Amino acid sequence: MSDKVLTANHLLSGEVVFLAEGELWTPRISEALIAENDEEERWLEQAGARAVGAQIIVEPYLIDVTRHGGATRPVRFREKIRTLGPTVRPDLGKQAELEDIHASAA
Amino acid sequence: MYRYDEFDRTIVGERVLQFRAQVERRLAGRLTEDEFKPLRLMNGLYLQLHAYMLRVAIPYGTLSSRQMRRLADIAEKYDKGYGHFTTRQNIQYNWPKLKDVPDILGDLAEVEMHAIQTSGNCIRNVTSDPWAGVAADEIEDPRPTAELIRQWSTFHPEFSFLPRKFKIAVTGSPNDRAAVKVHDIGLRMITNEAGEPGYEVIVGGGQGRTPMVGVVIREFLPKGDLLAYLEAIMRVYNLYGRRDNKYKARIKILVHEEGAGKIRDAVEAEFVRAGGLQVQPDEAELSRINAYFAPPAYARLADRSQRLEAALASDPLFSEWHRVSVAAHKVPGYAIANVSLKPIGGVPGDATGEQMRAVAELAERHSMGEIRVTHTQNLVLANVRKDDLHVLWTGLGKAGLAEANTGLVTDIIACPGLDYCALATARSIPIAQAISTKFADRNRQREIGELAIKISGCINACGHHHVGHIGILGLEKKGEEFYQISLGGDATETAAIGEIVGKGFAHEEVADAVETIVDAYLARREDGERFIDTYRRIGAEPFKEALYAAH
Repeated sequence: MSDKVLTANHLLSGEVVFLAEGELWTPRISEALIAENDEEERWLEQAGARAVGAQIIVEPYLIDVTRHGGATRPVRFREKIRTLGPTVRPDLGKQAELEDIHASAA
Repeated sequence: MYRYDEFDRTIVGERVLQFRAQVERRLAGRLTEDEFKPLRLMNGLYLQLHAYMLRVAIPYGTLSSRQMRRLADIAEKYDKGYGHFTTRQNIQYNWPKLKDVPDILGDLAEVEMHAIQTSGNCIRNVTSDPWAGVAADEIEDPRPTAELIRQWSTFHPEFSFLPRKFKIAVTGSPNDRAAVKVHDIGLRMITNEAGEPGYEVIVGGGQGRTPMVGVVIREFLPKGDLLAYLEAIMRVYNLYGRRDNKYKARIKILVHEEGAGKIRDAVEAEFVRAGGLQVQPDEAELSRINAYFAPPAYARLADRSQRLEAALASDPLFSEWHRVSVAAHKVPGYAIANVSLKPIGGVPGDATGEQMRAVAELAERHSMGEIRVTHTQNLVLANVRKDDLHVLWTGLGKAGLAEANTGLVTDIIACPGLDYCALATARSIPIAQAISTKFADRNRQREIGELAIKISGCINACGHHHVGHIGILGLEKKGEEFYQISLGGDATETAAIGEIVGKGFAHEEVADAVETIVDAYLARREDGERFIDTYRRIGAEPFKEALYAAH
């Protein structure tokens, strides 16, 4: 069973976000809370449902991640792209807007 | 081009206010996402991989310079400075924020534009020939028909809850540049033996996971019966179209499962039953619409332009661009200029705000202030004096819009794919870029000639890969991108669905595979044969052997 984080889109901006400490939502996967078992996954999903109800985020879902040397990385290629931005426009998306995003999430 | 009347302005303005209120209610929690989603989709607003995506309607691909400038403004003010022209002649913005969308719709309404019915289970943007009204081969201008259908289908209360999306295309030329045979309804404008104008009605075409070429259910429909007949088709679809399975809900499935004969009988019965009187537009309204598409005030010019001929003789780069980009106009002394949005190695169909403004300016100076969008993700300036072509080309060059590749191997259709789209299974744009770069050499492109490569990043086929001469479909296999190649597709009047050649290819193998296919064509073609002609003559086997012999 792999580690998971909860991701969603920010309702107002559409930006990709991850559930972090204090039920806050962060654009950085490096700050995402990681679920290591079923119970923790359920908690993440419940927190996601709360955020949906509070009109903060939409369409939350769990994604598989791996952890290497402190960096959290999505397993699926699709989620990697979603974490960073379009591969054909490195000047757009988080890869351009957030410092250290590559080191922590690439 | 069509200009809104008071009624149009009112309904679009009301829609902006309505959506603004819906967004407010959504943000206040008085609408859930499940309640809001169908509403935002009916206003063309998707949630994609990185952000929301807004699809703005460009009715049958026609817009004015003023509208193009507004699209540029929106790109720069609310988005990230660019837009993407689509395979349904619309434009998409990839990064709008929900909170800004009501303002974007308001800005669009000011220039008689909207995002109504560009998504959702309704009748979508009616598409047509980008050379409408000017092509030398045209029987009749399809734009008045497209505009009539647009008005009829906008907010049609009976057809706002269809089993699935519904796409209509119209061509007025025997050379189909609107892909009508792969639409839910395709209309070909024809005349009967008595010389009366009407339509050949084709139903049940489509791409996606079950591609099909449409079937003719009415060989000749008198012009005046159009809306009544369309209503009959829509009613049959609405009643019998499947709602149990999203992947079997298009009209093509209904036609396939029930049989064309049965669908034809049902449509004809409904057509007779309904009488058609309710939906017939009055003559005054038809005249009003038609008047907007009357030929503009063309100058009386000689067909030969000495200025053009001098430029062709002295400027080989211009001559190359002219050879592939300029098409014959019905009026002497004028020409149709195709503007490629496929720079070598670039993102197909994208244009920056700056480029949009450049096109708007050039259209104003050289093409009567009007621009067309094609379903191949390019633009057209349809009314250019031959005398002005060299000046136009120079202006396009300054904006990075003078690639001489219209219709050639590097004029590739690619959907946004996994770089942008939440539905995608693989990336399409980098594949297009790799192929484009590999075939960049102009001499090589000229040698290869007409070749339509179309790439989709998933089975939904927004890149029209099924009707590509070479079609490429991006899938996911064991976590890796994986591409299926098909050959022999055709989007024109000789429509055909491509056939898969065999085992798929990894991301880094696709461009080489395409080169192998092209080389196999060049080795076997006979005089004057385009790729599709050679393929039809020799079949898939030689290409399969070339691709898989070493494997």
